Amino acid sequence: MVFAKKDDALVAKLGEAIEPALHGRSPWAAARTRFARNKAAMFSLCLLGLITLACIVGPYLLPHAFDSADWEAMSQAPTWKNMHWFGTDESGRDLLVRALIGGRISLMVGLMATIASVSLGIAWGATAGFVGGKVDSVMMRVVDIMYAVPYLLIAILMVTLLGRAFYLVVITITVFSWMDMARVVRGQTLSLRSKEFVEAARAMGVPTHRIIFQHIVPNLLGVVVVYTTITVPGVMITESVLSFLGLGIQEPMTSWGVLIHDGAQVMEVSPWMLLYPGALLSTALYCFNYIGDGLRDALDPNDR
Amino acid sequence: MWSYALRRMLATIPTLLLVITVCYLLLHFTPGGPFDTEKKVSAAVLANLQEKYHMNEPLWKQYLLYLNSLLHGDLGASFRYEDWSVNELVATALPVSAVIGGVSLLISLVIGVALGALAALRQNSVVDYLVMFLGSVGSVFPAFVIGPVLVLMFAIWLQLVPAGGWDNFAPRYMVLPMSLLVVLNVATIGRVMRGSMIEVMSSNFIRTARAKGLPQRTVVLRHAMKPALLPVVSLIGPMAISAITAAVITETIFSLPGLGKLIVSGASNRDYTLVLGLVVLVTVITVVFNLLVDLAYALLDPKIRY
Repeated sequence: MVFAKKDDALVAKLGEAIEPALHGRSPWAAARTRFARNKAAMFSLCLLGLITLACIVGPYLLPHAFDSADWEAMSQAPTWKNMHWFGTDESGRDLLVRALIGGRISLMVGLMATIASVSLGIAWGATAGFVGGKVDSVMMRVVDIMYAVPYLLIAILMVTLLGRAFYLVVITITVFSWMDMARVVRGQTLSLRSKEFVEAARAMGVPTHRIIFQHIVPNLLGVVVVYTTITVPGVMITESVLSFLGLGIQEPMTSWGVLIHDGAQVMEVSPWMLLYPGALLSTALYCFNYIGDGLRDALDPNDR
Repeated sequence: MWSYALRRMLATIPTLLLVITVCYLLLHFTPGGPFDTEKKVSAAVLANLQEKYHMNEPLWKQYLLYLNSLLHGDLGASFRYEDWSVNELVATALPVSAVIGGVSLLISLVIGVALGALAALRQNSVVDYLVMFLGSVGSVFPAFVIGPVLVLMFAIWLQLVPAGGWDNFAPRYMVLPMSLLVVLNVATIGRVMRGSMIEVMSSNFIRTARAKGLPQRTVVLRHAMKPALLPVVSLIGPMAISAITAAVITETIFSLPGLGKLIVSGASNRDYTLVLGLVVLVTVITVVFNLLVDLAYALLDPKIRY
């Protein structure tokens, strides 16, 4: 004990003063600050939040139901009257409500298929990376094969054969969107396994599970988060393409892809039917792209 | 080189077999046979039909028969288009897709490489902004949004070209679909070319070339162009493949009688053999293209040794 007892208060004070410096910023806090500084990403995040919120609560607030017809306003162009702000379709259904309900489905498919394919990708990639050897090469060969197949056609074959229920569409999309994540996670796992700080932890006698959870997983989480945001728009595009071709979500349910498909049929008389859902989908994709970019810049540990 | 090519070719076999097998099994275990129609078919007719299509044989024998006919280039008969074999349907549809996809890929390669190179050489110029703008358009607006909007603008509002349809390779029906594909491809090619050109122009051998006193023209065309093109070459494969995939979308938008349209109509009519045949065909094309691209890459890049 260097300090006498009376100096305890002083020590506490000193401790308080250097506390923040001692703790430093956790990698996550640092990433959050960097992300918050990225204007495009923050703007996209807010915009996407707004769209999501509108899709969730909007249909309750608007006076129209997504599947009920307003006989007095069929193929109505966007107007303030009667709150048909996006106009109506040829049977008088309000496009705004339909676009919000469709957004629920599109975002939901995006979310669920992303969760499924991200989990599959992480499990696949981490297993291949940790086990290594023959297992690794066989598992990665499967990924190569999946890359080499024309996925959209096989997806079309699958929805043709299996059916077009919501969960089947999600499964079909998942099957073809997990490979990027598997590759990235495998690569990361492989390189992390032989990193000096892991070696150092081993040398200090840190048990394996703590190495995995305290050293490997946090480093993995960065790429996982980034690739997840990149997976979402890809997945949503696939759903929209399937729906656009008439092979995805079925009437009376709707999604942005279905609405764009319907809009393209009647755009000669009602161009708003095409333009509004197209703009909504594109805005959402734009947001996901920029959030993904922002996260990559914020989380990439090599980029400081 | 030859042993590499041979090894690479052998490696495509498992891919093909896997895709064919999985699709075949999917098809086989789907509830509802191809002869389920509204009208009740008598048992004798059904037996005859099953006899004709070897459906009374055990699964492994049917599968081998199918593989055998595939090896002989026979994709089977269509269940919905009576009197048409899948081969005949493909023969009428393939040229449409091939011409539209091929020509637009060539055009976009020329435009994309030129724009990308210019953008890299004159950074922050108008061309540079155009390339970056196209790149962000391509990543945000999917083909099935741009396509109908193009139709709306040029066919419906300006009435310059027909909105869709096909008349024996008449150019005015091909303008819009090709423009759509060119816009999307140029977006990608331009971005990649710009990036790789910037990287190449800052490398040591370019500085050496400049130090020798070579004029800018010679430096760019004789020294920088070839290495800068490498990443673009590796794009051609995926692009040629996505041309087939994109055909599904473009041909639906512009109602063109190509492979993509055939697949979509086959899928909505539940014409199983047609869709299976087309998936197998496109997989073969895909795999062959990947193979060709790998070989071309090996030829072009002196750093790759086998």
